[in-house]
Amino acid sequence: MSDHHAEHPAWSEPDTPSAPVAPATGGSVTPADAADAARLVAFGLQPKLAPARDAEYAELLRRYREEPAFGRLADAVATGLGLVVLEVSPRAGMAVAADEDSVFAVRMGDYARRTAADSADRFLHGLAHLAVAALAFPRPEDLADDGYIGRVTVNGVDAFVRQTCRRLEERAEELGENTDPASDAPGLEAAWRVYARRSATGATKDARRLAGSTTGIVGKAAAFLTDSGFLQRTGDEAGGTYRTTPRYQLQVRDMAGSSAMAELLELGVVPVSDGSATLLPPPEGDDLELAADAGLPFHA
Amino acid sequence: MTFPAPAKTLPSPAPGPAADEGLARRLRALACTAPLHDLDVRKANLAGEYGIYAMAEVALAAIDLVTLNMDFDTGADHEQIVARLLPRVAAQAPARPAAEHERVARWVLENLINVGSVDRGFRAIYGTFGPDGVYVRRDYDFKLIEEVPYGGAVYLRTTDEAVNVLVGALDTDVTSAQIAAEVKLEVLISRGRLADAQLAAEQARYRTVQYAETLRRTLDATRRNVRAVDWLQAVPDMIAEALEHVADRYRHENAILTNIRRARDEAEEPENKRRAAELVDIVKDCIRRHTQLQSRLLDAGPLFRAEQDRQAFAAPAPRTGIDLYGQLVAPILPLPVEQARRVTDAFFAAGTGLRTPVSVRVADLVEILLTPPVEREHLGAEMPEPDLIATPDDSRFSEEQLAAATQLLDLPHDAPRRLSGLLAEARRSDPDLPYLVALLAVHAASPAVGTAYRQGEERLLFAVDDGTQLDDPEFGGADLIVGTALLDAAGMAADRAEAS
Repeated sequence: MSDHHAEHPAWSEPDTPSAPVAPATGGSVTPADAADAARLVAFGLQPKLAPARDAEYAELLRRYREEPAFGRLADAVATGLGLVVLEVSPRAGMAVAADEDSVFAVRMGDYARRTAADSADRFLHGLAHLAVAALAFPRPEDLADDGYIGRVTVNGVDAFVRQTCRRLEERAEELGENTDPASDAPGLEAAWRVYARRSATGATKDARRLAGSTTGIVGKAAAFLTDSGFLQRTGDEAGGTYRTTPRYQLQVRDMAGSSAMAELLELGVVPVSDGSATLLPPPEGDDLELAADAGLPFHA
Repeated sequence: MTFPAPAKTLPSPAPGPAADEGLARRLRALACTAPLHDLDVRKANLAGEYGIYAMAEVALAAIDLVTLNMDFDTGADHEQIVARLLPRVAAQAPARPAAEHERVARWVLENLINVGSVDRGFRAIYGTFGPDGVYVRRDYDFKLIEEVPYGGAVYLRTTDEAVNVLVGALDTDVTSAQIAAEVKLEVLISRGRLADAQLAAEQARYRTVQYAETLRRTLDATRRNVRAVDWLQAVPDMIAEALEHVADRYRHENAILTNIRRARDEAEEPENKRRAAELVDIVKDCIRRHTQLQSRLLDAGPLFRAEQDRQAFAAPAPRTGIDLYGQLVAPILPLPVEQARRVTDAFFAAGTGLRTPVSVRVADLVEILLTPPVEREHLGAEMPEPDLIATPDDSRFSEEQLAAATQLLDLPHDAPRRLSGLLAEARRSDPDLPYLVALLAVHAASPAVGTAYRQGEERLLFAVDDGTQLDDPEFGGADLIVGTALLDAAGMAADRAEAS
């Protein structure tokens, strides 16, 4: 399925010079080849385009996989544009991700205007994206398995995060902590509280979703990911149901997950994992962690 | 950040952290009532003379209504709550126009939701002394009525805080409290103290709602992720317990229902009769809620097995990925938001995909700016005009003939007639009419008594065969006696009301 040839450029630093376009196979690179390579990258920039639906796209993908020189040329074009090649395969197409400073990168300020002024909103929008990914790929195996297709609903994501927040609240209560934040230091408020106190939905005059509510924020994330070619909308139930595309899995696995992990490590938080899922029932006899009437035998 | 304590920190003003914690709890409880008082304070600012309305009373009634109307999966309907609030608002100021009553009801409900704020909630600020004697000012955020999504619409639910404001003692073990309420109810009814019994029954209903709410949350959580749930023990235990609870309550409430029905029928005072009738309604509602809960519980098992098939029996993957929940979501939620934001920002930057920047030529820009916005479709597509075809009138008898036959059969109740006479009379006016009369008479041999009873009709045509042979040139058979019976419509209506 996946193309091993593509793995290496995917992990190379964007600013290190990519492998020289050596005429290793004997033939020299012509301007026509360069145009084709750029065309392949251009296809990759249209994330909703499926290779199976476009003969030219499929042909260029085949060339990438069969002609190493052409492949390196396409990688170089992508790198020059500030793109990272995640995978080149018939299932995902030319999967490219935007480098941090690239013109293609999405900036939070453009994504949602309020986030510039309001740090709570900024967090909620980021968390919505993280939660959508976490529910789309609940187990590490799901993220690793190329054939896995995740399914999420907007209301489901909201309810899940809310439940997690409720558990943290109950745990804090059990420990007798006062989690109400100090009035003059809103930044020290626990993250779960910010989510918990935002309303889940709200009636609006024109029957649209209230943008500032948590389902509004999660719904925006899902719609945006759909435009990115990462999710496909499958229905309107439960606030909108979606399924994942191979590109989303690649993006989360190879880019977003590791990037967020690195940031978390920098904060001094080291989540230890043995590679198995943590959404598990608690070990035998361990009921201390369960909140009294949470009714949810989560173990986190 | 915390305020440093005053320099001369000699004796701590607080008796100790524990006492202060109790104080904080009471301050928060106090804060929950603030929005209600606030309504009465702010009513002066409304355009118009609204001093006559007791806003806190309307607000408490609204919380009451939402709590009682919260269904198992949805919540209370906004419009319905407004409609039910109206009688109370109207009673406070009967002279005022109905439009104003509605405005007041809406204003109160919207203020309980706190529509104006982003969070749609309330915030109170209070101060406590920490264990180290440092005074900290804290924000307490809470909601009274929250809006929840269900099936594309928005419904209202009361929060735990609101329920606590409403009935302070409700924050207890649901099951035991419910049993206590049931026993109390039974005793009250057997002693004939209906006013107290009604209060107890209403309390029991609050508890029923609360129980359903707890279960709803649990089932929701289980549906989201099979692995998140201990399907070996915890969930089956929970479901079994809940089913037992439902069965138990159902038996109990049916017994109570029989009791109250008897109390209602035997009661002589109209006030007691009315109370008992209300009690019947309340207990019936409780039973309805239990049945709803039960069907939910029975659905849980198949849902689990289907999800398990889908999720658990897939082939293991060759490599491992990141555990997004365990390694990212779970660790960041307890962090201060300032730090958690750095992680979510990193995920956002790398996980949203790419956008091709838009570049516009000036020439196009002018055109784009001058294009009028597309109007949103409010009414949907136009309905096609239905193409109707007139069906030919192939009736055997005409309307006039039917009218003539009906008139002929409109007999006084004390003077039945023989069919032979009716046929002869019909034949004189129209040679076809006897067929219709005969048909109607034969029909009347088996009159639709049940239908007439249900529809509350006062007269009923009937025909009886007394053995006399019909002597007629066109028809043979029995010479029926055709007559009209009078029905006791008023008595039947009373019986129907009783039966339902």
